[in-house]
Amino acid sequence: MMNPSAMRAAAGTATAGAPARTPAARAFDARTVRAQFPILREPREKPLIYLDSAATSQKPDAVLDAMTDYYRRYNANIHRGIYQIAEQATAAYEDARRRVAKFLGAASPREIVFTRNSTEALNLIAHSYGRWKIEAGDAIVLTEMEHHSNLVPWQLLAAERGIELRFIPVTPGGELELDALPRLLADGRVKLVSAVHISNVLGTVNPIAEIARQAHAAGAVMAVDASQSVPHCPVDVAALGADFLAFTSHKMLGPTGIGGLWARRELLEAMPPFLGGGEMIREVKLSGSKWNDVPWKFEAGTMPIAEAVGLGAAVDYLEGLGLDAVFAHDRELAAYAMKRLAEVPDLNLLGPPAEKRGGVVAFTLADIHPHDVATVLDGDGIAVRAGHHCAMPLHEKLGIPASARASFHCYSLPEDVDALVKGLHKARKVFAR
Amino acid sequence: MSGWDELYRENILDHYKHPRNHGTLEHPDITFEDANPLCGDKLRMDFRIADGKIAEVRFSGQGCSISQASASMLSEKLEGMSLEDAKKISREDVLEMLGIELGPVRLKCALLALKTLKGGVYGIHRWPGEDGEDES
Repeated sequence: MMNPSAMRAAAGTATAGAPARTPAARAFDARTVRAQFPILREPREKPLIYLDSAATSQKPDAVLDAMTDYYRRYNANIHRGIYQIAEQATAAYEDARRRVAKFLGAASPREIVFTRNSTEALNLIAHSYGRWKIEAGDAIVLTEMEHHSNLVPWQLLAAERGIELRFIPVTPGGELELDALPRLLADGRVKLVSAVHISNVLGTVNPIAEIARQAHAAGAVMAVDASQSVPHCPVDVAALGADFLAFTSHKMLGPTGIGGLWARRELLEAMPPFLGGGEMIREVKLSGSKWNDVPWKFEAGTMPIAEAVGLGAAVDYLEGLGLDAVFAHDRELAAYAMKRLAEVPDLNLLGPPAEKRGGVVAFTLADIHPHDVATVLDGDGIAVRAGHHCAMPLHEKLGIPASARASFHCYSLPEDVDALVKGLHKARKVFAR
Repeated sequence: MSGWDELYRENILDHYKHPRNHGTLEHPDITFEDANPLCGDKLRMDFRIADGKIAEVRFSGQGCSISQASASMLSEKLEGMSLEDAKKISREDVLEMLGIELGPVRLKCALLALKTLKGGVYGIHRWPGEDGEDES
């Protein structure tokens, strides 16, 4: 069968991918969508009930086909070869960048730097911008609900430079205590604020635009960890008013191994490089080098080309569904899950009310360790995350060692939630004491 | 038989629900605490030593059924055992004691009690571990 997505990728044009484009706000049929994900079609003794999309999403045929097509038909290194398939590969890689730029509302594709994932994008900011602009005695503001990827890079920088880290507190209800922000910014020492857009544990949607406004008024730049928002809801960097935004492909129906950083172009132009090597240079002499233009200045070495092609196809696919519709679907499921989970005795839901969250529902069940809960669920083919979800400080704040988490994407169905609830009743019986 | 009822055999659940030697000792001769950061499991073991033997042992902490059952079962085995013999308990001994097949993640849960014991009886902060027991 022809592969339209990969064909377009190779041809360097961007139009809607499968499934057929529907008006953005109109709901899609999750059952039809589900049929387009081979891992969910795979015959098994017990059907896979995948409720761990916040860890990584599943991939539709369109993405897998686009990647296979690249490897089978035009695999070549980019930005180098003079021959036809090398040009085709380069066009496909740069086309993926254009599509991502459009997807995020970036002013130009040059504002998109491809990285390995969100973690690398955040490290890029810390290494390049951080070492350039943030000095001893300065401060950085983060939040207490950060994933370790938006905490540890700043801790490393803080320890190296003598920078103070400050944190916007999290309320017991799992929201940011925004009233604390003016006080944190008051002394004018804060040079950067970095916050998660949607919490990977609580699902809380944070008021990034307001945080960015206050950060800018205080003379700080604003970075956003959008790992959980870009895959699920419309994200427009201009509307958010941020300076940096990190995202990752594998949570947005794309492959692992690629993600990216959006940054305002003038910042990227001025920032020193992150990794050194091939492609990021314009001219190399033994005595020194001149850097390439942005974004290539930040893309050292051979980049994940097939993954970029896959990411481009994932963007097409998501746009085909409509991000408004995806978010509405996720939130509807989260609300349904919260209602159903509340029926389970001794179940404690974490985080804010449904109307303030995305498609993520974390909980604890009596005093049963989440690993035990997850093991019983696994026996019925139900995949949930159990542990601290790379957010140990948040769990400490909530006073729990770990939690279990169910998270959704466009292929998730209410029946998945029903199976989860049934499994939780079972787990309660097994471990009752 | 699905995966979990294989894992949560009667004896595991029995030790989890009715842990033996649970609690702490006042003025223990040896006390040691260790954790499995991946799971948030924490375990403390207290020992009273008499004539080179473990006269009394208590464990406390929080964790999954596997880590708690493993600590409970190990504590039963330790009572009356010489410190020298306690040092010789291997990871295979513990797995045999539990009698279940474990994947790499739950293996760490199962072995936390052994790690805590070794840390205590060797009197070192971090027991050097055995082959294949290192943090991954």
